[in-house]
Amino acid sequence: MSNQITNNQVCVIIGASHAGVNCAFALRKEGWEGRILLFDADSTLPYHRPPLSKTYLTSEDGIEKNVLKSAESYVKSNIELHLGTKVSSINRTKNNITLTDEKVQPYDKLIIATGARPLIPPIPGISSAKHIFPMRTAMDAINIRNTFHQIKEKRVAVIGGGYIGLETAASLKKLGAEVTILEREERILARVTAPEMSDFFYGLHAQNGVKIFTKKNVISIETILEQNKVICEDGSTFLADMIIVGVGIRVNQELAMEAGLEIKNLPTGQAGGIKVNAATQTSDKNIYAIGDCTCHHNLHYDSYVRLESVQNAVDQAKIAAAAICGKNPTYDSIPWFWSDQYDVKLQMVGLSNGYDEILTRMEKEKDNCFSIWYFKGEQLLAVDAINFAKAYVLGTKFIKGGQKINKLKLVDPTVEFKPANLLAE
Amino acid sequence: MAKITFITKDDETIIVEGNAGSLMELAVENNIKGIDGDCGGVCSCATCHVHVEPQFMEKTGKANEIEKDMLEFDDHANEFSRLTCQIQVSEALDGIIVKVAN
Repeated sequence: MSNQITNNQVCVIIGASHAGVNCAFALRKEGWEGRILLFDADSTLPYHRPPLSKTYLTSEDGIEKNVLKSAESYVKSNIELHLGTKVSSINRTKNNITLTDEKVQPYDKLIIATGARPLIPPIPGISSAKHIFPMRTAMDAINIRNTFHQIKEKRVAVIGGGYIGLETAASLKKLGAEVTILEREERILARVTAPEMSDFFYGLHAQNGVKIFTKKNVISIETILEQNKVICEDGSTFLADMIIVGVGIRVNQELAMEAGLEIKNLPTGQAGGIKVNAATQTSDKNIYAIGDCTCHHNLHYDSYVRLESVQNAVDQAKIAAAAICGKNPTYDSIPWFWSDQYDVKLQMVGLSNGYDEILTRMEKEKDNCFSIWYFKGEQLLAVDAINFAKAYVLGTKFIKGGQKINKLKLVDPTVEFKPANLLAE
Repeated sequence: MAKITFITKDDETIIVEGNAGSLMELAVENNIKGIDGDCGGVCSCATCHVHVEPQFMEKTGKANEIEKDMLEFDDHANEFSRLTCQIQVSEALDGIIVKVAN
């Protein structure tokens, strides 16, 4: 696409977090010369989300230490950032969006990067509970931090034992809280990882003094003055001065749905999202969607997935920018994730769904250093590495290359961890 | 203030100035191509990989243990490889030249 064409064109991006911001800058790198307008309802300068539940919570830092790009950077790249501005509708016939203040903004290309919002379950008493927070935005993290420092008794109940719940629990424990995690399923991280990994994190939290109770379905919360009583289905109760809700998300797909864009639903209770093709284009050729709000057909795993990760947000952002600038890109990244809890670094690559075999590789020289390998027959699907970046890196290579692994050697800690030893002949 | 030179894979030379934060943050702020810093600087993603010009290795120091683990099996890694999220910017880095690895 020549510069003369993009010169007078307008690209509008709805949502200024990892996906939206990276896409704006990627558009400039790809040569987009027209206007770029970036809207977000959040009024904070766009920031890194992963640290919110980790280092940010335990630090004294202001959010300015944690921004994706400085304010000047947007100006330098001529990206018009409109924060605290909510979009109320998309008109695909007229190619424009309407803001909640009724202003209308035309677009030539539109990118939806609206992400997701925390799910607040309809538990009786939840709306009147004291000091109850989700963990998704900078404001959530700041509120949790400030409240935590103010309250005298520091009993925290975390509802939900997923990554957000566990990371927040670890951070609050570090700050001196008495933390209890209440998980509805039979094990923590049930939806996202293997039982072996759940057991490891259960033990890690126990060692650090965090109590985890599974099979605890919270059915109501009673609040008297400053104190909450969290009541579970089995009759057990937990007193809490602060409650963190980490039970999952709702996809922000309403704008797209109302505009009639195709939505892809997923089977068995997983949230789907805005359907996009390999170039992140929606069912409307002028509209792209990227990040947590999207559902794409993953080439590597040959299935529809919706990913909640920085990797997916950033990589789809780059694809969208390239596609809009006339390239012909294909999204084929292998998904990766990470989580930091206490002194443990977990790095994950691939998608383990559908595995039929799990192998654990222990590293003999160090404690708490191992990796879990997920297979479907001979195909390596995913690797979870605990304090062992090498397994994460090699796992990524093996998955990308579709290489076959020598399983016997893999699990033998006396075999040196290097490609020549681990690949099948 | 330290002046730092980045050379990208396209052989573009960009000189930037900084006095705090990590070298990755400085590169991201200046839109250096090939330095993404996707994980925000916690040594989880290896998207901020550079080769330090040999004569400046003394100033930057060598890769730490987790960096080495992240880089050992990387096709672009060599003895001068560093992840810029693990390098703090200070006066001491003034004048160094690094080549973006990806």
